[in-house]
Formats: sequence, structure tokens, C-alpha cells
Amino acid sequence: MATKNISPQDPMIDPETGEQLVIAPGHTFRSVTEKLARIVLTTHTPLAWFFGLALAGSIAMMLMVAVTWLFLKGTGIWGITMPVAWGFAIINFVWWIGIGHAGTLISAILLLFKQKWRNSINRFAEAMTLFAVVCAAMFPVIHTGRPWLAIYWLFPYPNTMNYWPQFRSPLMWDVFAVSTYATISVVFWYIGMIPDLGTLRDRAKSKFGRFIYGQMALGWRGSTRHWMRYETASLLLAGLATPLVLSVHTVISFDFAVAIMPGWHTTIFPPYFVAGAIYSGFAMVLTLAIPIRKFYHLEDLITIRHLDNCGKVMLATGFIVAYGYMTDIAYAWYSADKWEFFMAWNRMFGLMGWSYWILIVSNIAIPLTTLWSRRLRQNVAFLFIVSLIVNTGMWFERFVIVVTSLTRDYLPSSWGTYRATRWDYMTFVGTLGLFTFLFFLFIRFLPMIPMSEIRQILPGAKIDEAELQHKGGD
Amino acid sequence: MPVREGIYGLLAEFNTPTELVMAAKASYNAGYRRMDCYTPYPIEEAAEAIGFDEPKEKGVAGVCLLGGILGGLAMFMLESWVSIWAYPLDIAGRGKFSWPAFVIPAYEWTILWAGLSAGFGMLALNRLPSPYHPLFNAPNFRNGATSDKFFLCLEADDPRFSITESRSLLESLHPVSVVEVEH
Repeated sequence: MATKNISPQDPMIDPETGEQLVIAPGHTFRSVTEKLARIVLTTHTPLAWFFGLALAGSIAMMLMVAVTWLFLKGTGIWGITMPVAWGFAIINFVWWIGIGHAGTLISAILLLFKQKWRNSINRFAEAMTLFAVVCAAMFPVIHTGRPWLAIYWLFPYPNTMNYWPQFRSPLMWDVFAVSTYATISVVFWYIGMIPDLGTLRDRAKSKFGRFIYGQMALGWRGSTRHWMRYETASLLLAGLATPLVLSVHTVISFDFAVAIMPGWHTTIFPPYFVAGAIYSGFAMVLTLAIPIRKFYHLEDLITIRHLDNCGKVMLATGFIVAYGYMTDIAYAWYSADKWEFFMAWNRMFGLMGWSYWILIVSNIAIPLTTLWSRRLRQNVAFLFIVSLIVNTGMWFERFVIVVTSLTRDYLPSSWGTYRATRWDYMTFVGTLGLFTFLFFLFIRFLPMIPMSEIRQILPGAKIDEAELQHKGGD
Repeated sequence: MPVREGIYGLLAEFNTPTELVMAAKASYNAGYRRMDCYTPYPIEEAAEAIGFDEPKEKGVAGVCLLGGILGGLAMFMLESWVSIWAYPLDIAGRGKFSWPAFVIPAYEWTILWAGLSAGFGMLALNRLPSPYHPLFNAPNFRNGATSDKFFLCLEADDPRFSITESRSLLESLHPVSVVEVEH
């Protein structure tokens, strides 16, 4: 049996292709089902989960306080003023929506491209989308100051004042884009979860668990006819979500691009916003996936291959974003328009110039020089840090776009400055708490990795064609 | 609905998808039509074996298309009606029917209603939600069909169905077990 010079092969590397495996070897239908169902159905909730939930919940309380005070006093408690009437509210709105986009990209676009590796991460990426949209949609609503009145400003319904909304306004387009996005994301997420809810119903030990998961599973029993219609519906939803996700950030960029402000009125905005959204969204996927796989010991299912691929997507979209920044400057130079030129100069070297350099360092200088390296992409700690840096950078991108343009427009007499107040910070940090709080609830009570989709990529799922030919058909 | 009595069908359990597909093919070739496979993940070969062709049915896709067309039209007509008749705004004499702006919400609503129709249409075509189903009475069904076992059910309302003959057919296909499913 003695053989010479066989180096101990890394079991996570496919010997044929030399690539990292999508799922660690040795898993069966039962082992995957048990591993994932146990996280939800266990009676021993990890203490750290309670601690995390309480911490996130108390940060979310800050949001409650800030919003309550806002409704009592009005938007004057924020730093918004003339000329910066769009402060943190719109910055956070665009940032959160952008984060949501990676979830749809993973669940819809990668499904259409038959990227099977996405199967382990799509469920929680979709949950991330939902919770990010919840946080995002809150900002324009509370920015109205009196959201109970905003219903007739925003939604076309027959009211006693005979008032109808103005459909030529990009802000109305936002209403339809974001509400459609939220609805379709919920439907896609829930439909994707039905088979797994069936699994949980059948494996739950407690009567309460069986009842709740039983109701949510809608009586799913895995019939082949059902599965075939289900697969068609999933493909259709993916096909619909793809143009939807591209349109949502395009419409949001219209909020800016349709205005005539220097620095906003450019045609590069739609593609550049979408690329930035995916860039920050993948960063958020990594920010969430890395601690979760460590904490729940899911390294077998969310493997280095997934993290590596996320790093590659970030590298690609990061370059599109960098191209957008360069185009912005090129426009300013080539337009020979002194306001555009001044805007570009002011962004880099004006009063708020520091924010531009934070953005360049954290969106371009750090990630786009390091993510080339396979070794760094497969270094989990490094990826985690880069994901945080990119999310910071993307937040500053929105800050730069909103604030530097508004503080220096055409007339020096209307120039101003912008300083966020403690209520602005509390609202923003509060949404981070709310997002984390919802995420903690999700990973405890719902299947965060789609069991039915993991089963499809296990070796046991292969139909043995030779045996079929041999014995079948008689 | 009257209370149904008697047998719903015969349920055979298999360990691997290949065995299931072979058994489904053999039953189809033996003339059975009212049957279904139950698997923990979608298996296209099983659908072929029982003679179910989803693309040909056109159910989900048709509902989705219809929903999309109606949704888009509804929003476009609402916008036009509001902007031309219900609440016309004269802004420096610009035209009232500014359709390029109306395309965007109409586009979103096309996707919204197409997506809702695809999702809920799929559930309706599958007759879901149905919290009760006779198969859940089978002792081994719930431990396997949603985790790691593969089932073939020959239903009692198939004209060829007979307890003894159908059972001997299923038993010849190397199942783990064959059980009778009560209503």
C-alpha cells in the first residue's frame, strides 16, 4: 500500500479542477437536513444569540426614540436646512437600498446564470435584502415629517380632497419602484422557503412548532407536479426580479440625475448607482456570512469558494464604480462648464473634501488593489475587514453626492454647509440596530440556508443514467 | 364535500432518486396515469417518467404573462387619466399626456403583477394551501418526503388500480416499503 510522494491533499479542493469545492465532501441528504433544521428547531438556543438580540434590540430602541422625537418636533431636529434639504435621510435611503440589491442579484441573476454555488447563500442574502429595504423605505417616509399625511401625497387613491399625485416626479417613481421591490422580494423569499418550511413542519418536535411551520408551509408535500410548477415560478420570478433590481437603483439615481444640480445632472448615474449598489451589497453579504458561518459552524456549506466568489464580484463591480468616479471628473473637464468644473474641484479640495478622500481610499485604494490576490480573497479575516471598509466607503459616496453638490450650487449667495445632528446619527445607527435585530430573529426562526437547494447539488442527487438505461424502460 | 372513505393509494418508498425514476417509468409503462412522485427536491426525470410536462401545461407562465400585461396597462391608464382628466396640472403650458414619465411606474407595475401572479398562480395551480392531505397519514411519509426519501404513489382512482396487482407491481420495483394510504 505504500505509495511515494503523495502530499496530503486539501479535502476542500476538487482534485480534477484544482478549485475550491462548493460544499465540503461527505454530506448526505440527511446530514444536511439535520444540520440546518437543528439550528431552527433546537431547544437550546445559544446564549450568545440572546445577547446579540438584546444588543441589537437596544440599538434599535435608539431609532424608536429618535423617530418619536422627530414626529413630536418635526424635521427641524435634523441637520437638514437650506440648501441641504436632503441630508442623512436620502443618504441612508440610497445606501440601504443599495445593500439590498446584492441579495436579489444572488437569488435572481445568479439563478438565471445557473451559478449553483449561490444555493447556500441565497436565502440569507434575500433576507438581507428585505431587512435593508425595511430600513431604506423608512427614511423617505419619516423625512416627510408627517407620514400619516404622506399617504395621499404618495399613493393614488380616491380621497375626499379630490387630490391626485404628480406622476412626472421621480419621487413618485421611487414610490412604485421601492414598493414593487419590497413586495417581489417578499414573494420570492417566501416561495423559496415553502419546501424548507415543510421540512421543519415534519421535523419539529413541539406541537407549537408543528402548527406554526405547518401553517407557513401551506401543506407542501414535495409532489413532482408541484415541484415542476414551483421551478417555473421561481425562474419567472428570477426573470422578473432581474430587470426590477436594475430599475430600482436606476429610478433612485433619477432622483438626482433629473435635477439640474452640478454633479447630479449626468447620464452615468443609473449604471454607476447600480454597480455601487451591488458592490456594497456583496460587502454586506460578507459582513453577515463570515460571522454566521463561524458561529453556527457552517464552514462546510458556506465555503471559502463562496467567499472567494463574493470577493471576485466585488472586484468587478468596484472597477465599474471607479470608472464612474473617473467619468464624473472627465465630464466636468470635457463639459467646459465652469460650474461642473468647480463642483469637481470642490468635491476633492473644498470644505467637505475629506469625505471624498475617505471614499477614494475605502472604495478604490484598499479593495481594488488587494482583492486581486487569491490568497487575500481566501483570507476570511481580511475579507471581513474589507467588507466593512467598502460599506463605509459606499456610505461616504452617497454623502459626497448629496452634500457637496447641494452646499455649492450656482449662486454663491445660496451656498451653505451641512452638519448632522445627534438625531441624524441616532436614526442612522438605530437602523443598523434594527437590521441586525431582524437578522437575529431570522437566523433563529427560519431556515437560513435553503435545504432543498443544497440537496440538489449533493452527489447523491445525481440520477444514474446508465442504470436507468439498463433496467428502466422495460 | 362528502367524507371520503377507503384508500387514497399505495405509497412506495425508495432510497435513491434513480430507483424512484425507474419505478415511476415502469408504472407508467404498465398503464398507470393517476400517480405522483414525492421528493425532497425537484427531479425533472421523475416528472418525465410520470408523463407530466409543465412547459406544455403553460399554467404558471400564462398567469404570469396575463398579470404582467394587466398590471402595466392598469398603471399606465391610471396615470393618463389622472394627468389628463382627474387632476390636470398646467405647468408653463406643457403637454398633459407626458407618456415617457408614465412608463416608469407602469414598468414597475408590470413586474409587480407579473410576479404576484407567478407566485400565487403557482400556489393556486398546485391547490395549495392544503394543510390536510391523505398522504400525511402514511407512517413513513413525513419522515422522508421532505428530507431524504423518495416516494411513488399509485392513486386508487386510477382505472387500472387494484390493491393486489398494484401492490405486487410496486413490490417488484425494489422499494424499501409499500404502504396503503387511508383517506
